[in-house]
Amino acid sequence: MGLKQNLHNFKEKNKDKKWLPGFNALFTFLYMPNETTHNGTHIKAADDLKRTMNTVIMALVPCLIFGMFNAGYQHYLAQGLIDSADGFLGASFWTWDNFVIGLWKVLPLVVVSYGVGLAVEFVFAIIKGHEVEEGYLVTGMLVPLIVPVDIPLWMLAVAVVFGVIIGKEVFGGTGMNILNPALTIRAFLFFAYPTWMSGDKVWVHGAVERDQAIANGANLDAISGETLLGYYAKSGQELTVAGTDTVTTYGARAEELYSYADMFWGIIPGSVGETSKFLIIIGALFLIFTKIGSWRIMLSTVIGALVMGLIFNGVVDAGWIGETSKFYGLMSVPFWQHLIIGSILFGAVYMATDPVTASQTNKGKWIYGFLIGFISIMIRVFNPAYPEGVFLAILLMNVFAPTIDHYVVQANVKKRMKRLKAKVA
Amino acid sequence: MSKDIRIKKGLDIKLVGEAEKTTENAIVSNFYYIRPEDFHSIIPKLVAKEGTRVKAGETLFYNKDMEDMKFVSPVSGEITEIQRGPRRRIDAIKITADKEQFYVDHGKFDMSSDADKLKAHLLASGCWAFIKQRPYDVVAKANSIPKGIFISGYASAPLAADLDYTLAGKEAELQAAVTALSKLTEGSVHVAVGSSNSPLAGLDNVTTHKVSGPHPSGNVGTLINKVDPINKGEVVWTVNAQDLVIIGELLLTGKFNAERIVALAGSSVKKPRYFRTKIGSEVATMVYDNGVDKDGNDRIISGNVLTGKKVAPDGALDYYSNAITVIPEGDDYEFFGWNKPVFDKVSTSRALTFSWLNPKKKYDLNTNTNGEHRAFVVTGSYEEVFPLDIYPMQILKACMYKDLDEMEALGMYEVAPEDFALTEFICVSKQPHQKIIREGLDLMLKEIG
Repeated sequence: MGLKQNLHNFKEKNKDKKWLPGFNALFTFLYMPNETTHNGTHIKAADDLKRTMNTVIMALVPCLIFGMFNAGYQHYLAQGLIDSADGFLGASFWTWDNFVIGLWKVLPLVVVSYGVGLAVEFVFAIIKGHEVEEGYLVTGMLVPLIVPVDIPLWMLAVAVVFGVIIGKEVFGGTGMNILNPALTIRAFLFFAYPTWMSGDKVWVHGAVERDQAIANGANLDAISGETLLGYYAKSGQELTVAGTDTVTTYGARAEELYSYADMFWGIIPGSVGETSKFLIIIGALFLIFTKIGSWRIMLSTVIGALVMGLIFNGVVDAGWIGETSKFYGLMSVPFWQHLIIGSILFGAVYMATDPVTASQTNKGKWIYGFLIGFISIMIRVFNPAYPEGVFLAILLMNVFAPTIDHYVVQANVKKRMKRLKAKVA
Repeated sequence: MSKDIRIKKGLDIKLVGEAEKTTENAIVSNFYYIRPEDFHSIIPKLVAKEGTRVKAGETLFYNKDMEDMKFVSPVSGEITEIQRGPRRRIDAIKITADKEQFYVDHGKFDMSSDADKLKAHLLASGCWAFIKQRPYDVVAKANSIPKGIFISGYASAPLAADLDYTLAGKEAELQAAVTALSKLTEGSVHVAVGSSNSPLAGLDNVTTHKVSGPHPSGNVGTLINKVDPINKGEVVWTVNAQDLVIIGELLLTGKFNAERIVALAGSSVKKPRYFRTKIGSEVATMVYDNGVDKDGNDRIISGNVLTGKKVAPDGALDYYSNAITVIPEGDDYEFFGWNKPVFDKVSTSRALTFSWLNPKKKYDLNTNTNGEHRAFVVTGSYEEVFPLDIYPMQILKACMYKDLDEMEALGMYEVAPEDFALTEFICVSKQPHQKIIREGLDLMLKEIG
């Protein structure tokens, strides 16, 4: 009698127990169940929801690992302890020290996200008497990647509880939700604890602590962990470089600090996993190749973002907006550069493509993605408080996705009506 | 006006155990079963009582809603048992066959007679059961006039019987049947063939369409959708190509001959090949003496692996099938089955599934569901294997929440459960698509009619 047989016997013996879905979730994690077909097709394709979700997780792992290194790198770089890495393979980036800091900071985020989220899932599965669904496997991975590295764990836990219950379970669980649960969690954090989700202190580990130390009288230099978007949003404003008397502008400082290559490779401050555009593109290619992610949504989101960027560039070129305008900074960013600053690519590849909350028709996906890209850049430029709009744009389009689908499907219905009319006439 | 139909959306599921093109006579079965459930939505009214003797072609029961519509015995013999289910529902009528067969003489049909006479003849002789209609995918209502009659002579389903082979030499019967059927429609009889070698390719009085592409190119539903989709208020009839032979023989000789060439296929069969047998005969007469392990853990299917019915070894070939498929049961656990790379199963994704590497490879699939039932999550995959101009996921959901208006608007009149076999096969959420569609059609039939 092997493990398999023991587990099977245990399952059979406890068939009528309320907690069985909890056991089954672990059992099916280890063994694919012995369920067979009854009616309908007698054979089934190899894919199930676990495999699908697992594929997305695999696409996210490089971003997670990179995020760990980047957390340590940004931490040490801001303190002036290491030189800035030159490119993706820079010597000061892939170091053990960086990784340890990253592991120390990021792993707890992952553990809390999965622990709390899956606990809620298990409880709901047992209350409602259905199997534990796999939706949270991806959500749980996404959440640590889209929060600032220094976010307190209890905040994350509260947000996860809120996001899973209000974002998903109240609608009936995986497959029924209207809003992307990971983004619901992020939105909750953003509106409930804005000081921990925006500003120039939260993106680099240690910056907040340092600030508190300075406030307590310690003679230290403040760490600035401003994101690129933050720099560009305040482009024209004056800035005194920390530790020196040099006065410059935010826009000039951003260019001094970060090259386009840095942005592309991802060695910039930001949420944990969204900085490396290179790895996101690799992940996107993997998802497209495996046919798990919708290339239509990814492509159309990018197109939408570029179009909006071009429009803003046009407005600047036409001279309709002066350098004194507070929108000038981000409006004058070259349209293509919008793709490598901020989290538009991460959103396009991993968030917008969530099949449950996206448009479900192929035509609808084009419209849905385009509008996400378009609105993301619009919010990015016009939002006075927080210069990133991707998560808000996706949540907004989540709400409109069923409407888009409705009109796409109506076209098919109308065609059918027309055919009928042609016959009757 | 012939039209070539080439579809791109679909999926050929290549399986081990294709029937070799040799035909044997199956052992003559002692027992035959007719199951009223084969005739969906028909409420049977028994004529035959236990213990009475019948000839082949003699009425066993008739349609409660239409007394003229008879359902007849495939063999002569004694009715030994009426098997009943809950609420005295008739599950099966068991007939013990005579050693020597006697046939009711329905009389040679005068082919110049009018449509009404033909209809009455088919109804009385039991051949009407072979004519099905859409909407609803049920036995055709005799008072309807179809806008067309559709026949597929191309079997594209996995391990299906090759109609070019099983119907060879039956041209006379086929011709008689289609000539007769063409009197019953205001349109024409449309026949799909896979190649010009098909026995159906040279028939007169029909419109022939050459079809190609992956399964479901040979489904009659695909043919209808591409040739002349059904609109609200319209009716089309469909007949299986192999059943034309029985209709044809009845018209030519007056004899209801339930004989049929059946493919025995599937990976559990040691020597897959064709058998000559009769409707309703016990499957045990074919499967055991010819290469399936008696104590093997196998699934016996009357029909093909996508749309057939599960039967027990003492079960029978159902009324409309021309294949018996035997595949291994998959009632075992698989260690880390959900995340390890898969080389031995079919998949349309590439999520560590590698069937895309070798499209010609034949697979030995079992009945495991490869995962648990979930709500619909993944989108866009059904459309890749669904060639009809219909939104598959949306219509399935409409059936689930029973919105009749939406079902109608999305094209429910055009579909049959078998059209959703491939979407069910690839469904990541393991939803029972064909069952959902069947229940949706039943609801519409009840509410709209």
